[in-house]
Amino acid sequence: MKTSMKLMATTCLTLTATMAVSDGHMADEMTIVSWGGAYSSSQQNAYHTPYMEMTGVNIINDESSAEAVAKLRAMNEAGNVTWDVVDVVASDAIRLCDEGLALEIDADEQLAPGDDGSTASEDFGDLLVSDCFIPQIVYSTTVGYRTDLVGDTAPTDICALFDTETYPGQRSLEKRPINNMEWALLCDGVAKDDVYDVLETEEGQAQAFAKLDTIKDSVVWWSAGADTPQLLADGEVIMGSTYNGRLFSLIEEQKQPVAMLWDAQVFDLDGWIIPTGLTPEREARALDYVRFATDTQRLADQSKYIAYGPARQSSAPLVSTHAELGIEMAPHMPTDPANATNTFLYNYEWWADYRDDLDAKFQAWLSQ
Amino acid sequence: MTEVLAADGRPLKASLNRALRRQKLRALALIAPLLIFILVSFVMPIADMLFRSVENEIVADTLPRTVMALEEWDADSGDVPGEAVFDALYTDMALANEYKTHTRLGSRLNYELTGISSLFRKSGRRVGRFDTDVYTDAFQDADPAYSDPAQWATWMADDTIRANLPITADTYDAWAQMIVEAEGDVPAEEEPWDFVYTALYQDATAGADLPIGVDLSGIEPVSLSAQFADVDEDWLDPEVWQTIKIYSPEYTNGYFLNSVDLLKGSDGIEARPESEQIYVTLFIRTMIMSLSIMGMCVLLGYPIAWLLANLKDSTANLLMILVLLPFWTSLLVRTSAWKVLLQQQGVINDVLVWIGLVADDGRLQLINNQTGTIIAMTHILLPFMILPLYSVMKTIPPSYLRAAKSLGATDWTAFWRVYFPQSIPGIGAGCILVFILSIGYYITPELVGGTKGVFISNRIAYHISSSLNWGLAAALGTILLAVVLLLYWVYDRIVGIDNVKLGG
Amino acid sequence: MLDAQNAFVAFDRVQKSYDGENLVVKDLNLSMPKGEFLTMLGPSGSGKTTCLMMLAGFETATHGDITLDGVSINNIPPHKRGIGMVFQNYALFPHMTVAENLSFPLEVRKMGKSTREEKVKRALDMVQMGDFAGRRPAQLSGGQQQRIALARALVFEPELVLMDEPLGALDKQLRETLQFEITNLAHELGITTVYVTHDQTEALTMSDRVAVFDDGRIQQLAPPDELYEKPQNSFVAQFIGENNTLEGVIQEIKGDTCIVKLDSGDTIDALPVNVAEVGERTKVSIRPERVEFNRDRLHADAHTLKAEVLEFIYMGDIFRTRLRVAGTDEFVIKTRNAPDQARLVPGEMIEIGWMPQDCRALDA
Repeated sequence: MKTSMKLMATTCLTLTATMAVSDGHMADEMTIVSWGGAYSSSQQNAYHTPYMEMTGVNIINDESSAEAVAKLRAMNEAGNVTWDVVDVVASDAIRLCDEGLALEIDADEQLAPGDDGSTASEDFGDLLVSDCFIPQIVYSTTVGYRTDLVGDTAPTDICALFDTETYPGQRSLEKRPINNMEWALLCDGVAKDDVYDVLETEEGQAQAFAKLDTIKDSVVWWSAGADTPQLLADGEVIMGSTYNGRLFSLIEEQKQPVAMLWDAQVFDLDGWIIPTGLTPEREARALDYVRFATDTQRLADQSKYIAYGPARQSSAPLVSTHAELGIEMAPHMPTDPANATNTFLYNYEWWADYRDDLDAKFQAWLSQ
Repeated sequence: MTEVLAADGRPLKASLNRALRRQKLRALALIAPLLIFILVSFVMPIADMLFRSVENEIVADTLPRTVMALEEWDADSGDVPGEAVFDALYTDMALANEYKTHTRLGSRLNYELTGISSLFRKSGRRVGRFDTDVYTDAFQDADPAYSDPAQWATWMADDTIRANLPITADTYDAWAQMIVEAEGDVPAEEEPWDFVYTALYQDATAGADLPIGVDLSGIEPVSLSAQFADVDEDWLDPEVWQTIKIYSPEYTNGYFLNSVDLLKGSDGIEARPESEQIYVTLFIRTMIMSLSIMGMCVLLGYPIAWLLANLKDSTANLLMILVLLPFWTSLLVRTSAWKVLLQQQGVINDVLVWIGLVADDGRLQLINNQTGTIIAMTHILLPFMILPLYSVMKTIPPSYLRAAKSLGATDWTAFWRVYFPQSIPGIGAGCILVFILSIGYYITPELVGGTKGVFISNRIAYHISSSLNWGLAAALGTILLAVVLLLYWVYDRIVGIDNVKLGG
Repeated sequence: MLDAQNAFVAFDRVQKSYDGENLVVKDLNLSMPKGEFLTMLGPSGSGKTTCLMMLAGFETATHGDITLDGVSINNIPPHKRGIGMVFQNYALFPHMTVAENLSFPLEVRKMGKSTREEKVKRALDMVQMGDFAGRRPAQLSGGQQQRIALARALVFEPELVLMDEPLGALDKQLRETLQFEITNLAHELGITTVYVTHDQTEALTMSDRVAVFDDGRIQQLAPPDELYEKPQNSFVAQFIGENNTLEGVIQEIKGDTCIVKLDSGDTIDALPVNVAEVGERTKVSIRPERVEFNRDRLHADAHTLKAEVLEFIYMGDIFRTRLRVAGTDEFVIKTRNAPDQARLVPGEMIEIGWMPQDCRALDA
């Protein structure tokens, strides 16, 4: 009798404890989702650690950004959102916003003003591509090449991708239409400003596919960000598209015989969203974190650890040297004026419309 | 027939049933946790998937009035719907914008017609700033009672007035509900929004008696179709409306049509343009490649399983560990290892070049194509073939082969007529396991399959995680499930399902 | 004894080792005439099954020659030897019907369909299983399966049939029936049979000759009665039937009798079998039913021993009495349950003796 009473009591206590833990967000804890790897550690250094020291909130890292959109939708349907702040690329932020899965943000009210006195919306400028999106970094998708495998004349522009005569060998491209279609048109003589107008038409799409057809046999298609750097390092491809930060670490940290192009690189953004469906306390804390993490100094701090440019104009002058290598980071930033002479602006709105359609066509084209 | 009675005088059958019932209940109680687990983790998700593949409530839920108004419109006419449809769309869009559901509907319809996503996003943003405020101003200027939230609430509680003003009543109710749910305010304290006054104007022009008479003759009517067209010309495109109308029912076969490269046109079902046909190819490829992988597994696994079953225990154990090794390494590590081995600058090619079998500039393409997928997946799935084969072979006594030989059969005849038929249940079990696992695989094909070596599951994964087209993913999954069940049925008819053994 | 040249089956100095260190079969010599039913009997591990497998061709002899009808078969694969074999667990092919099982050896011999059907029918009738042609082995009882296995081994009319403990899995009664049937069949068809068993009753009742195996050698090869009554060594004496053993030293050998001084100090008469000289240690073997305690039936000058009755067991047809004799408590005598037979009482003191030829002085 006594034992069974004891057993009951223990069970009850355990249950209560479990419940308390499972609702652990009541405690000072928040889950922040990001991409993992060097990128997450740059955020850990620049944002999480100082924020935890300042507020005593414990930050838990989750490396699920690649599946963030689907997972957020599933969480939302289940009515149990366990994430507080999520790092996503801008196009995902637009999608999440459209789906009602991300909180709308009033930049001027909820984000810190710039150090230089500008308002947040002025400071971020055009980078506020969605009502739900809080920009963090600017990155570029660009082309890296093996200096020892491209022959005597190193490539200087993006169209080297399509020039299999001068640069015979495999090249790696991302297994999706975005960027590839634009580059194909650019290298087929379409003016930069007309790319999306052309791509909107059936003929334009056919033109882009026809251009891609010319190199189809020498393309290795990648789907993970680490693929191209690995393929380049192994000598499997002579050139390939990837993120500029990956190329930076391949060149500067791993000292591989690789160089990168700063031509028609596609500007893209990465930043935070806050999921909808949080309790008011969690939402307030998430907003507080985001306000802290995207202020001028914090954004500049992140560039000490990774070669991505801060999304605020006011942060640019504060960019200094790499925390370990000690090299000046500004020349490696996609935002550096020297690098940004011929950039390509990625049209989020356009892709939100054409993504489903072109993706189906692209996949059908791939499998032909 | 006389009933047999038990010792206590009750019918024996009843007593027996009673005794058995307790046993059955106990048995049920024992499996209950598993049963519940399976129900929750397996049956319900599948049911949910089946449901999602046809579910399409979002259109009627988000645009209820528009859908109703569109019933009158002839989709084949090639004309843009009338003003009434735009009136309904205005109310629906204004409400949806507050609920933040219009963009979701936009992404849903964008699967069917490119461009609707931004059309809805733009329209939602602009719908609050339509020129309909002239109606609002006219009513409020005519009588202050029209600006009084409390007065509105009183009117809308009065059945006579409601019967008089059907559009207004409906719109006010929807607005009031939205105020409570989306804004968290009290309707009786909030001034109605423009679209409620628009509804009132529509009632009035239809000849209804207003609660307080207002002279509306001085107002220039606002064309809502023009307002929408002002946001985006596409609203005057009949194709947009056709899409909305085709997808307005609560259930649709659209996802399934899409899964087999068909689409719902205005004149019924038609084939998708060739440049978008992909799923049938992928289904066929998935089947053929899974069968090849299965065949490779049988070819490679059979001798190994035979060896395992006939070796000394200690040697067999060592070999078994080697067989199980792939199980103990993570999927990604294994797959990456294959990359290192198979790529053009990889180990296998290096060795071949070194031996001189292939020229340095003619290195074999062993990865990022179907070869790569088949090699890697055969390796990964081989244990699933070997284990059932081994456990079946272990139960075949060596005396059968000896008996056959003593009866005059050569080694081959003895194997083929006596040993092989007895190992068929193992082959069957292994084949079913390998086949079903391989048609569902997507990580390995994604990593080593290139463009020609990917499976239908890769598309399902894409639609689940990237395009968020869960309905299409569900339809593709349902078809895959149906194909598996069909093959299972065929197998049962040809081989017999009791001819499957995992052991013993 | 036949010489190897004229024998149907012959083992000539055959040795077998699996591991290269120990011999499982040591120097085996055996000759069988055509039509003989020979049983290999022995405890497990004695090498009898290995011999059978070498004969069937599933094991190769490490050394020596095995001949069949005068031809060395060492290099002939099993399926060309034309030897019928019945396995311990029948080894009927479970995926074939009874008729298909029987038809199998005929098919691989490329016989025509009608011939096959006729032979199968005949073979099934022979084992009284004619009605079971369409059944699967799993639908048959153990005894029925054994009959089918037998029929299958015989259907292609081999001249030599090997049987590896074929009745081991059956119950006693069925075993006895089948023992009888198998011997009858074998003799009727004139087949040469090598039968392996560890059951001595089976060996004694069925065989023309029995080869007793132990430690990789044939200890004695003889017809059943000789084996029982005249064991050549103490292993055979112990292994076949019930046996009383007394140990002692040879005191005197004169012609076909010897006097043994037992360790207890008593002396007895015995038949010297494989003892050579005085002073050698010996085990004396006496069958329980050959012990006499009625003074009148013994020779006047026979040596007798004093015995104390320890236990009397009534077994129906016989009485079994345990005695304490010459220092051992395990001395057993068996007497027939005849009307005039005395029933001994525990505690009773009696005197026992035997005919000297029944008391065999064997190796120690």
